[in-house]
Amino acid sequence: MSATLEVRNLRTHFFTRAGVVKAVDDVSFSVGRGEVLGLVGESGSGKTVTGFSVIGLIDPPGRIVGGSILYQGQDLAKLDEREMRHLRGNRIALIFQDPMMTLNPVLRIDTQMIEAVRAHIKISKADARARARDALGMVGIPSPEERLNAYPHQFSGGMRQRVAIAIALLHNPDLLIADEPTTALDVTIQAQILAEVQKLASEHGTALIWVTHDLSVIAGLADRIAVMYAGRVVETGDATAVLDHPVHPYTHGLIGSVPSRNKRGERLRQIPRMTPSLLSLPPGCAFRSRCARATDACAEEPPTSEPSPGHTARCFHPVPA
Amino acid sequence: MNEPIIELRAVSKRFGPTYDAAARLTRDIAARLGRTAKSEVVHAVDNVDLVVGKGEVVGLVGESGCGKSTLGRMVAGIMPPSDGTILFKGRDLTTLPAHDAKDAKLKVQMIFQDPYASLNPRLRVADIVGEAPRVHGMIPAGEFDTYLDEQLRRAGLDPAFKRRYPHQFSGGQRQRIGIARALAVQPEFLVCDEAVAALDVSIQAQVLNLFMDLRRDLDLTYLFISHDLGVVEHLSDRVLIMYLGRIVESAGTEEIFARPNHPYTQALLAEVPRIESRKRRFTAIKGEIPSPIAPPSGCHFHPRCPHAMPRCATEAPALKEIAPGHNSACHLND
Repeated sequence: MSATLEVRNLRTHFFTRAGVVKAVDDVSFSVGRGEVLGLVGESGSGKTVTGFSVIGLIDPPGRIVGGSILYQGQDLAKLDEREMRHLRGNRIALIFQDPMMTLNPVLRIDTQMIEAVRAHIKISKADARARARDALGMVGIPSPEERLNAYPHQFSGGMRQRVAIAIALLHNPDLLIADEPTTALDVTIQAQILAEVQKLASEHGTALIWVTHDLSVIAGLADRIAVMYAGRVVETGDATAVLDHPVHPYTHGLIGSVPSRNKRGERLRQIPRMTPSLLSLPPGCAFRSRCARATDACAEEPPTSEPSPGHTARCFHPVPA
Repeated sequence: MNEPIIELRAVSKRFGPTYDAAARLTRDIAARLGRTAKSEVVHAVDNVDLVVGKGEVVGLVGESGCGKSTLGRMVAGIMPPSDGTILFKGRDLTTLPAHDAKDAKLKVQMIFQDPYASLNPRLRVADIVGEAPRVHGMIPAGEFDTYLDEQLRRAGLDPAFKRRYPHQFSGGQRQRIGIARALAVQPEFLVCDEAVAALDVSIQAQVLNLFMDLRRDLDLTYLFISHDLGVVEHLSDRVLIMYLGRIVESAGTEEIFARPNHPYTQALLAEVPRIESRKRRFTAIKGEIPSPIAPPSGCHFHPRCPHAMPRCATEAPALKEIAPGHNSACHLND
């Protein structure tokens, strides 16, 4: 299977007055046709910046300073804005956490969707409208014809997110990046949306990058998982391998702190202290100040180990399986 | 169950439009002309009975707009009910003398969801946590500093940071400030409204552990409101499921997770993402949560329920005991 997207040694830094924030530092992963990659991390781990880098939405003071983003063999990091616009929203689409990032509050849904269709293909307004209606129907919005005339504020949160997803799907993208799209939604609505994107990956062969902090969602959705910490991928592999036999102490701790992994009423296994500031990140393993297995060796750059084929971790002291 | 600490009897809360002078005038003129304006009243909480025993942790679960936060706010005394009575240790606060009512109210405190919005950004931590005990004269002036340090330490904060402002803390630490503030007035009952929802997984575990330690050390009782069934399952002794203002099921935690009775509870439990699950097909309860302005007739869940019968559309099922300590409001049990 050739990868739809292959990110190699991506580095996105923010040059702020206080110093250089290495939000994404040497990140590599790939995602193939119809595959779901779960990009897991906590606030500030760089998971969102990774997604934004791929789609070319990094604004100053941020800049991609190294690495390549190969989309079907073409390096996105080298494209100019005009070429990128041709792909963005067409072959590569993004769903934001907050649907109001996608939707314009003062325009009707049909106006916005017709514009999105006609930005990439030359068809009549009526045809574009029909296409928009079909997209709304596909994501499970009842009576899509009438709903096209509504404004975003007339939708509930879950419905708005579906409209945003429908817009992302207008051109049947080859690659869809979803940045925590169900975090703000209720459990039953979340399940509906997960069902939709799952169908998309299996039926259209869309490669899906699902960015989230929620391991429980990712467990049911992803084929492969990449766990990020402080701008780096610390562990990656098949979902089963990473969730059942986590090797990196951070992944291990993260999975252990999920309530359902603990006996009811007992103290949760917790990771002590907080994520470090990316501004003053010391060299070596960024997790070592919170890690029970850390030794002096961890002040050096940790090596990559491969406990099983395709399952890698960056750690001096991996947790034995 | 131990002696009840909080008891709700047929409590309801309705939110209607507030009329200014002009709106009142239009309404009155419309009434003279024989027309009644369309009333847009939200039944946020509809006839809820609830008893929480001392030392119990009760989890309250429901989706957005089901009224769980409104119920929590009424229990915490922040919001008066439209109907019904709330008893604290068997006494109705509205009939108590002012002094006793104030003492009783201090015993019930609330912890909020958003650690950014719930702290005054212009106050130092020492004032945020210390204001209430100082105003209520709970601590002699000479012992105040020691008391404050102790409160901060108990919530896992370094007292050296007490001169700082909220923006200098991370989300998890802010939530600890909120917890220290609630505990500073020595409450017996805490209402936690989505208290860990905004936190990262590793920080969430730290705060949940803090809640469990505090319960043991201070003999606290919790009403723990959350949409996260994993968190509720871990922490609670008993779980209430709420749908559109009504409690549809209540039972002990193990019982409800092992034998959910109400179709809504069953669907909700089936949809909870679990870390144990692998690459599975997501299915979904059909339909959206209806608007609480015009809830469906009869059983509110009937338009989405796979087992709905004609009776469900006309008659609201009562909450009935189906097994010891297990109540459910569904016609299927008759």
